Amino acid sequence: MRVTFNANGRQVEADDVWEGESLLFLLRERLGLPGSKNACEQGECGSCTVYLDGAPVCSCLVAAGQVQGREVRTVEGLADAETGLDPVQQAFIDAGAVQCGFCTPGLLVQTHDLLAREPQPSDNDIREALSGNLCRCTGYEKIMDAVRLASARTCSTSEVSQ
Amino acid sequence: MSTRTIRGEKNLQDITTAHPDGIGGSPLRPDGTLKVKGEFAYSSDLWHEDMLWGMALRSPHARARILSVDISEALTLPGVYALLTHDDIPGTKFYGLEIQDQPALAIDQIRYHGEAVAIVAADHPETARRALAKVKVEYEVLTPITTEEQCLNPETHGYVHEPHEYKGHASGNIVHQQKVVSGLGVTDEVRALADVVVSGEYQVGMQDQAFLGPESGLAVPAEDGGIDLYIATQWLHVDRQQIAPVLGLPENKVRLTLAGVGGAFGGREDLSMQIHACLLAQRTGKPVKIVYSREESFFGHVHRHPATLHYEHGATRDGKLVFMTARIVLDGGAYASASPAVVGNASSLSVGPYEIPNVDVIAIALYSNNPSCGAMRGFGAVQAARLRTQLDRLAAELGMDPVELRQLNAVSQGSYLPTGQQIDAPAPVAELLQKVKDLPLPPALDVTHLDVRELPGALSNTSHGEGIVRGVGYAVGLKNVGFSEGFDDYSTARVRLEVIGGEPVAMVHTAMAEVGQGGVTVHGQIARTELGERVTIHPANTEVGSAGSTSASRQTYMTGGAVKLAAEAVRNELFALGRTRYGWTGNDLSLVGGKVVSASEGVLISIADLLGDHAIDLTREHHHRPTVPFDKETGQGFGHVQYTFCAHRAVVDVDVELGLVKVVELAAAQDVGKALNPLSVIGQIQGGSTQGLGLAVMEEIITRDGKVRNPSFTDYLIPTILDTPPQPVEIMELPDEHSPYGLRGVGEAPTLSSTPAIVSAIRAATGLALNRVPVRPEHITGTLTPTHFPGAAVQSSQQPPRGAPNSTTPCAIPPQARTAAGPPPHHPCGTHRTHRQHPLRSTVFAPRFSYRFRYDLSLDPGTPDQHTPHAALAGARAPWHPHQASRTVPCHPYLMGPQAGREPHPNPL
Repeated sequence: MRVTFNANGRQVEADDVWEGESLLFLLRERLGLPGSKNACEQGECGSCTVYLDGAPVCSCLVAAGQVQGREVRTVEGLADAETGLDPVQQAFIDAGAVQCGFCTPGLLVQTHDLLAREPQPSDNDIREALSGNLCRCTGYEKIMDAVRLASARTCSTSEVSQ
Repeated sequence: MSTRTIRGEKNLQDITTAHPDGIGGSPLRPDGTLKVKGEFAYSSDLWHEDMLWGMALRSPHARARILSVDISEALTLPGVYALLTHDDIPGTKFYGLEIQDQPALAIDQIRYHGEAVAIVAADHPETARRALAKVKVEYEVLTPITTEEQCLNPETHGYVHEPHEYKGHASGNIVHQQKVVSGLGVTDEVRALADVVVSGEYQVGMQDQAFLGPESGLAVPAEDGGIDLYIATQWLHVDRQQIAPVLGLPENKVRLTLAGVGGAFGGREDLSMQIHACLLAQRTGKPVKIVYSREESFFGHVHRHPATLHYEHGATRDGKLVFMTARIVLDGGAYASASPAVVGNASSLSVGPYEIPNVDVIAIALYSNNPSCGAMRGFGAVQAARLRTQLDRLAAELGMDPVELRQLNAVSQGSYLPTGQQIDAPAPVAELLQKVKDLPLPPALDVTHLDVRELPGALSNTSHGEGIVRGVGYAVGLKNVGFSEGFDDYSTARVRLEVIGGEPVAMVHTAMAEVGQGGVTVHGQIARTELGERVTIHPANTEVGSAGSTSASRQTYMTGGAVKLAAEAVRNELFALGRTRYGWTGNDLSLVGGKVVSASEGVLISIADLLGDHAIDLTREHHHRPTVPFDKETGQGFGHVQYTFCAHRAVVDVDVELGLVKVVELAAAQDVGKALNPLSVIGQIQGGSTQGLGLAVMEEIITRDGKVRNPSFTDYLIPTILDTPPQPVEIMELPDEHSPYGLRGVGEAPTLSSTPAIVSAIRAATGLALNRVPVRPEHITGTLTPTHFPGAAVQSSQQPPRGAPNSTTPCAIPPQARTAAGPPPHHPCGTHRTHRQHPLRSTVFAPRFSYRFRYDLSLDPGTPDQHTPHAALAGARAPWHPHQASRTVPCHPYLMGPQAGREPHPNPL
């Protein structure tokens, strides 16, 4: 089948897609967007998290055909071509939240969504929001630091702009 | 073959760092930006035009004879390019890290569940799956050899490997054994010196490394008949050493380049898909990519050895340890892997960081039909860390504070270990314990301001404070750094200094596997410290000499040391160039800000002017000080390069009625010698501690009759961010004069002491013996019956601690724990309130509402497993944590061959 949708603001089209393929496979193997990761492919680890019409989903659990005509935003679409890295991306680097980095794309999208909903989350809010994203390297402490840092930077920037 | 057509080439090119920091700072990772942008190419991201997908057919049985393999029907499937069995292997058919006992594809016999029988290359992963489903394998299923008793009675139960085929030192289903006897041994005279003796049997479950990036790689056939392999591994050169003979190629025709590695933790020390991808590429003449699914990953790499340990400690009434005996039995599974070295560690480190004058230890690793076990972070020392339970019991017996008992017996610089090796570097064991003890405790549970997310059970909403008891526990560990027992695991580094765009740039080229630990950051820091320049990190490959393994906490010590040597050599060459050209005579030269500076004469010249078009390109090897093998009968010998120490304090809240545990805080103190990059050091300590937390309360590969029952992240649980507490870290920097910059390997020590500290805290909260890790809810509630799980028999028959009913010794629960949140309900001292009926006691299920414990232990081995729906068809993500779903253990039929009953999809391709 043919699947046409919007990926990171760009209309894309994939031909000869098998009905059993996931959105994750479509992104990674057909569209050259391997940023979303394939750590469990059963919705447990969150490494493949992308926005689907603005809501974070595990792209491994979405059939490719389900995205027909819809909007997908992946980790590759978080950074702005003009302003550089998203504050969440920069905070993950600065706080030491990236080790092997395999969980990072999913955590970035999930954190991006959290801070859009709740700019100043409590520690428990952060833990709840990120509890579907497994990380095996960091012990999560630096990830907590990164989310707090991104929150603080975003809030101080928006205060300045106001 | 050019790398031009390979997607993901950015991290296969040089990465230049923009941050000027040297050692002791925390510059940002040079690969960080690529990683947060999703542009860092992991081994599973690689793509090549014309690429095929490889896949393996794996045995559904743990022990069987292969009577026939028929691939004819599978070969007729359109899109299938090659289907190979062991008959198609051009070179030697066996490989292995230490002992080459593992066939690249099964030869007539199956020795473990999931052993690869055949491999296919096809145009799409689904084509490959369908082809494998059409391979007909006829098995004669044999009774697997899985228990210690069965393994040690081969005359009755059989041999995993026929004895006449043994390589190495194996005998009678024992891969390797090591004794350690020190002092007088443990004779009757020695026993008589002890006023108090405690003994116990302890068990450690099989832990998985559970790195997130699945085993994967891309093999590209080259024009010279060789293979270029892009791969996630821990040691490029030892991979090549094992791959080349199987391909029938000389090593120089097998070229490896490190692709992005999504974590390792020991699980990538052994080969997984490397040989299979290379064989298929060799046969088809096309690039072949293999990516394991998570299920296949559980079968595709070795795990941490499960262990049964019998410990006996004798002490005087005032708490000085007099003797220790230990018998440590490690289940090595079907193939040797790193078992001999794990045995060496388990035996030589069995004593922990304590001075014990008389020791008698034996450690053995078994061959069995269980999954193969080998390296995992902590490597033998984690299993031996179960001795901490003994010390808690001894402290209770003596009426001593457990920390004081440890401090009283702690090693220090100058102490002798039972191997006769003297610790000739700082060993601040007592100080580390004091540091974690002195940290402020987290506030007590405030029942007036509860947030269920902080409680055991969390958002399962199982308690609003009732039934919750707090406990505090301590542990400290001893780990070696580097390869031991006479092994010269040298590292090589190449440093090239040249002027690019008018600026001097130092390029660092090693074969070090960056697996996430931050070695590339540290290499840049070292080169900047020695040369003061912009640094470029060259991709790791086999064009330069070996860097040894990214394991044993050794890479900063060994390859970092090699970078230091090479950079120093480049600097000396630069100065020699100036002396020759300009006649400098002083020995007071240094490099500052891109200039050669003399202490007496000031700035002499800029590096750019001195070098001009000339490049200085030097390679150096770094060897650690030599060690010797342990004596086979006594274990004596200078066997380890360096020792490293970490202490933990764990604070837990236990829902004693439901058996749920919440770790409230996990504090660590570690001596790192010199923190080359403090941010990375803390990251290593917190990450290692969290893996220890997993072993303490949730992580275990469950096997039954050799078959793995939980090969998925749905059923093998690793800690989430909700399971993981705040982790304050105290770092000590006492330099070791034998190592570069005085540094001490960091990565593994935290994994040793975190588990026993948490178990000790649960013990403090419940008063239970808890002789098995992981501690599961039913171990705390007592709702386990022996039919549910083999470990249950041990758990239910274990001795109560000496503070149990009818004992005159005091209750083992520290008073502060008893007063903090009320007495535990079923403490064996008998003075506390009796245990309330567990709400699920009448059922055989683990609490279904705990997302952290969902093993459905009622599964009858004969019951067909429920299948999870095909992932791709299962719809969008649930709004809350996916772990909430409770399922029976899934079996994944496509791994298991055509008999497993999966309906084939119509071919849509």
